[in-house]
Amino acid sequence: MIEVKNITKTYGAGDTAFQALKGISFDIQDGEFVAIMGPSGSGKSTLMHILGCLDTPTSGTYKLDNKDVSKMDDEELADIRKDKIGFVFQAFNLLPRTTVLRNVMLPLIYAGVDADEREARAEKSLLAAGMTEAHFAHKSNELSGGQIQRVAIARALVNDPSLILADEPTGNLDTKTGEIVLGTFQKLNEEHGRTIILITHEPDVAEHAQRIIHIRDGEILSDKKHPQRKARHHAQ
Amino acid sequence: MNINDTIQETYVALSANKVRSSLTILGIVIGISSVIALVSIGQGATKSIQTSIQSIGSNLLVITPGAQRSPGGFGVSSGRGNAKTLTADDATAIASVANVSAVASEVAGRYQVTAQGTNTNTTVTGVSENYPAVRNVQIADGRFVNDSDSNSLTKVAVLGPTTVSDLIPDGTEPVGQTVRINGIQFKIVGVTVAKGGSGFTNADDAIYIPLKAAQRFLSGNNYVTTIDVQAASADATTQVLNDATQLLLDRHHITDPTAADFSILNQADILASASTITTTLTYLLGAIAGISLLVGGIGIMNMMLTTVTERTREIGLRKAIGARRSDISRQFLIEAIALTVIGGIIGIALGGAISLGVNATGLLTTSISLSSIAMAFGVSAGIGIVFGWYPARRAASMNPIEALRYE
Ligand SMILES: Nc1ncnc2c1ncn2[C@@H]1O[C@H](COP(=O)(O)OP(=O)(O)OP(=O)(O)O)[C@@H](O)[C@H]1O
Ligand SMILES: [Mg+2]
Repeated sequence: MIEVKNITKTYGAGDTAFQALKGISFDIQDGEFVAIMGPSGSGKSTLMHILGCLDTPTSGTYKLDNKDVSKMDDEELADIRKDKIGFVFQAFNLLPRTTVLRNVMLPLIYAGVDADEREARAEKSLLAAGMTEAHFAHKSNELSGGQIQRVAIARALVNDPSLILADEPTGNLDTKTGEIVLGTFQKLNEEHGRTIILITHEPDVAEHAQRIIHIRDGEILSDKKHPQRKARHHAQ
Repeated sequence: MNINDTIQETYVALSANKVRSSLTILGIVIGISSVIALVSIGQGATKSIQTSIQSIGSNLLVITPGAQRSPGGFGVSSGRGNAKTLTADDATAIASVANVSAVASEVAGRYQVTAQGTNTNTTVTGVSENYPAVRNVQIADGRFVNDSDSNSLTKVAVLGPTTVSDLIPDGTEPVGQTVRINGIQFKIVGVTVAKGGSGFTNADDAIYIPLKAAQRFLSGNNYVTTIDVQAASADATTQVLNDATQLLLDRHHITDPTAADFSILNQADILASASTITTTLTYLLGAIAGISLLVGGIGIMNMMLTTVTERTREIGLRKAIGARRSDISRQFLIEAIALTVIGGIIGIALGGAISLGVNATGLLTTSISLSSIAMAFGVSAGIGIVFGWYPARRAASMNPIEALRYE
């Protein structure tokens, strides 16, 4: 479902130009759980922004569900994000002063889904992400770090996207809470067949994936299957 | 995003910083309420000046003795009103000018007036029978003085309501009692209807006596101090003015019109120039209030720009999960409009209350027109659009990645 061919990304121009991605190619199939690893500054976030249609590559093509999105304009990209992609960021995932339920409904609000349906869908994906009903009416600033990330996962799921992208989703969490969040991703992948791309620089985190792509200085170093993925954490 | 969701988002955003939102709204409240209040006071003043000019009669020309005011200054016209050049015969002659519907003569002066243990100093006017018709005076009680009183030199008087309360404070029936004007006893035969005290002279603080009695017992000569001429219609006033001027010049054997020993004031001219002045004043007041409205609008823009900067990451997040440019710009524009419209509604209420308060003091009769409310509402919404547009556009054009990275 993802076909990336020879993607480059250059920031700036002239003397200050910096090539963050130097020709990246890979395919990702439906239902895969891929971890992208690499040291800081290697271009992971840059790649994720392109995969998530937040940005376009300088050259190369990116096909999502057989549609070339690499040359689309802002508004078309916004529509692709709305329909096909769910994001989980490292920090600042939820709107402040807004309830958990409404945060999760937000993509549906922008998609114009009517009130009854979006509430039902938001509740369903909150439960799937391991949240309990007791928290639905909480404001986002009344949650723990692990709960925030799970609400963010619920929001990423709610529009039934082809692809869930997570950029260091456990970067701000302690190991135990991080394990719970990663377990949530793993469950979504194993039980619901979601395609997940997870970005991290921690090998431990990558252990949860079926396939690990290593990048360094904007180039792919290795792209390996990872048969013995870590056992899922069942603490929830 | 539908209207309901937009309202909800706007409420959450504006209530997040209540103090700042309220202060911003206050700027608009002050602007809108001062526009409403000042314009209604201006219009009230215009109306009260107009009614007080109109209350002296309609289609009226007022002839007074003395030199025409020369454009050079006021000095040369000294003696106007005191000069003795007009007589009751002049008035009779003017009555035959075409399109004159009525003519009244007056002999006015201020005298000490006493009653049972009370006294006052007021304007005593000797008048002919036509006076109430020409000068729009109505009788509340008893009757007005007439020409047979005048011809028989009967000492009767009609009092204005203010004079009645000054002289007969105990509230007993004034008709039938007597007053002493300059020491001479007059019998009260009537009381006029109150005209209201606004205006340059108080028509309610007055005593009317028969013309000839005034000439004989008070002024001691046969001249009159004013001739009031009522034209048949508003269109005829200019023609009546010209004909009456020519007639009086002929009767007084004056060939040079600039040397006339009388002057004629046209009520319509007074009304027109008063209206011009008060309308200009109303615009001026409105413009001053408009400046504070503009300042309020800049307050809105300032707050919205701060909000957009503060919420940069929120904007980035919204864009990442599928908000289009139009969703973002609409959200911020509606926040700005909500601030100004709330401010506008409170401002209309406050401006209305100020205007009613001024009304209650009795100084002016203010009125708030529906059109000024509609305009204030439109203006406040417009200010929201104008001053909210730039911040909204700035928010909408943010790059989602940079917005998310913003610290
Ligand atoms: N907007 C930008 N303008 C210029 N250079 C940029 C920009 N964004 C990223 N870069 C550069 O591109 C390179 C890759 O950045 P990127 O954020 O993709 O790294 P990363 O792999 O996500 O690192 P980390 O693990 O620290 O998040 C870095 O050297 C960075 O300085
Ligand atoms: Mg990064």
